[in-house]
Amino acid sequence: MEAVQQISGRAVALNRRDVDTDQIIPAAWLKLVGRTGFADGLFSAWRTDPSFVLNQPGADTAKILVSGANFGCGSSREHAVWALQDYGFRAVVAPSFADIFRNNCINSGVVPARVSDEAAERIFGALAADPHAETVVDVAARTVNIPAIGLTETFELSDFAQWQLVEGLDDIALTLRHDTSIEAYEADRPDWLPKVRAE
Amino acid sequence: MTAQRLFDKVWDRHVVASPEGEPVLLYIDLHLIHEVTSPQAFEGLDLARREVRRPDLTLATMDHDVPTIGIDKPIEDPMAAEQIARLRDNCAKHNITLHALGSVEQGIVHVIGPQLGLTQPGMTVVCGDSHTSTHGAFGALAFGIGTSEVEHVLATQTLRQVKPAAMAVNVTGELPPGCTAKDLVLGIIRTLGTGGGVGSVIEYRGPAIRALSMEGRMTVCNMSIEGGARAGMIAPDDTTFAFLEGRKYSPQGADWENALDFWRSLATDPGAQFDHEITIDAAALRPAVTWGTNPAQSVSIDDVVPDPATLAIDSQRQLAERALTYMDLKPGTAIRDIGIDTVFIGSCTNGRLEDLREAAEVVRGRTVHPRVRAMVVPGSARVKAAAEAEGLDKYFIDAGFEWRSAGCSMCLGMNGDILAPGERSASTSNRNFEGRQGPGGRTHLVSPAVAAATAVAGHFSAPGDL
Repeated sequence: MEAVQQISGRAVALNRRDVDTDQIIPAAWLKLVGRTGFADGLFSAWRTDPSFVLNQPGADTAKILVSGANFGCGSSREHAVWALQDYGFRAVVAPSFADIFRNNCINSGVVPARVSDEAAERIFGALAADPHAETVVDVAARTVNIPAIGLTETFELSDFAQWQLVEGLDDIALTLRHDTSIEAYEADRPDWLPKVRAE
Repeated sequence: MTAQRLFDKVWDRHVVASPEGEPVLLYIDLHLIHEVTSPQAFEGLDLARREVRRPDLTLATMDHDVPTIGIDKPIEDPMAAEQIARLRDNCAKHNITLHALGSVEQGIVHVIGPQLGLTQPGMTVVCGDSHTSTHGAFGALAFGIGTSEVEHVLATQTLRQVKPAAMAVNVTGELPPGCTAKDLVLGIIRTLGTGGGVGSVIEYRGPAIRALSMEGRMTVCNMSIEGGARAGMIAPDDTTFAFLEGRKYSPQGADWENALDFWRSLATDPGAQFDHEITIDAAALRPAVTWGTNPAQSVSIDDVVPDPATLAIDSQRQLAERALTYMDLKPGTAIRDIGIDTVFIGSCTNGRLEDLREAAEVVRGRTVHPRVRAMVVPGSARVKAAAEAEGLDKYFIDAGFEWRSAGCSMCLGMNGDILAPGERSASTSNRNFEGRQGPGGRTHLVSPAVAAATAVAGHFSAPGDL
């Protein structure tokens, strides 16, 4: 996974709550067997509306998506994160995230920056005033900044998730450091627990 | 010892390691996989030259994009065919048992686990699918994961997890006649909201939960994710044990007795406290119909489409206005006056034998409304066979339903079973998101009984209306 320390660029404001992963990437796109090629599928139904935020000038260069509460709810499809990533987004800023989506972000190297409701309102306000304002998501400092107006908001991210993102760590390799613990655990599991038989 | 909750008992037994400053490493007893969320995980595994650690704790099936008609013929959709071929190759390469299309054990991943007796109380169960919460009906800790986590489980049989909060949903009273587990869970989500369960594992408790069959409990736990919860759980009891006894993977003989002792110890101790708690009166519920574009947006079938102007919170009002525009509905319209084009009975929420029986009883001797396309997609090949053995297929076919083979089908519309733009469905599935059942399609979530009655009437109806 690519390390991600600081993201600077344009931010797109999608000011609605409960954005579900079926909107982020519709099911028809889930037939792809790789992790790339999803950019055209990102919000594809909503993009048919000319007034949708991703159809505004310059949105195609954006790196940060700002949205409402409970972003990424619904289906567990990691394809939603791959679609955001494929389009160019490196961070999503929202007052809350669905649990599976947040984990998927961290595992794929996209920053899920959880800000307070009030901070989200201030960021939406700033982006409404200047949609082209440069926005910075600083993973090490856990802040979202809009330098032109001196706005700095903090975001929540666990120490471990921060470390994973900043270092771009291979999560499986980290776990395999505990291989002896896994073996010891397995030796103690009751025999009657089910084992799938070959057929 | 302090009083423990069901969730703590299952969690604690699965902690492999608690490294300083890191989330705990949790052991996974059963990993279910399917064609859509696994190919990238296997690719990652192969690139890193890693093996599947425990093929014997892994089971694969084909469900998300398989056809539900002509399953003996080559799959027409080349992308679905490629994805399914990939699963077959990956399972063969890594010695994973696969219940492929055409096998008597094939079916929706959350239907076949319990059906085989693989899902047992006190286990941890994961799958690259959000409706993995279904398995919590047995007192298992079961939750959906993303593809990177699928790869992690394949390689290590563990997951790194921060312990969620524990929420109690107490359901008092008794469900009124005509109300099902589906109406109950839609009522719970209406109270909880789409994000109310985020960061929590729900334990469903109380007399109305105890009174449910295992099928009903699975319907309730299945939709935990629609309230944002990480998982839903129900303490195992005699209903659970009766369901499990004699199944293919259930413990036998002395093992059965050992297992029973353990399973009986899992219930939440008296006096245990929850981080959050809500209470629902089952007796106050009526058959539910969703009117919006998330599963929390539902009303009773006796009600009218709500007026967004009455909602106090700005973001909820905007959401409701947007939903009504998408759904092409006007506030104040009686739910029973809404005509529908398609009825879908199936999915991991309501595709089990009990669901098909409920619906068959309603359509028996009746005819589907001429404007309506109606289909039944059993949750598994075994559910289909059992329904046919009871003659349920005849009731459906004679009434004018299509009788399909097992799969996820129109629940998510990956396999070509979709709504046309603007079409309106009454669906026993779990999500009414915009375009969920096909671009531009409009979905209303209902119980199997209401879906069946609606197919006959052509507009929303309860069985008693016919």
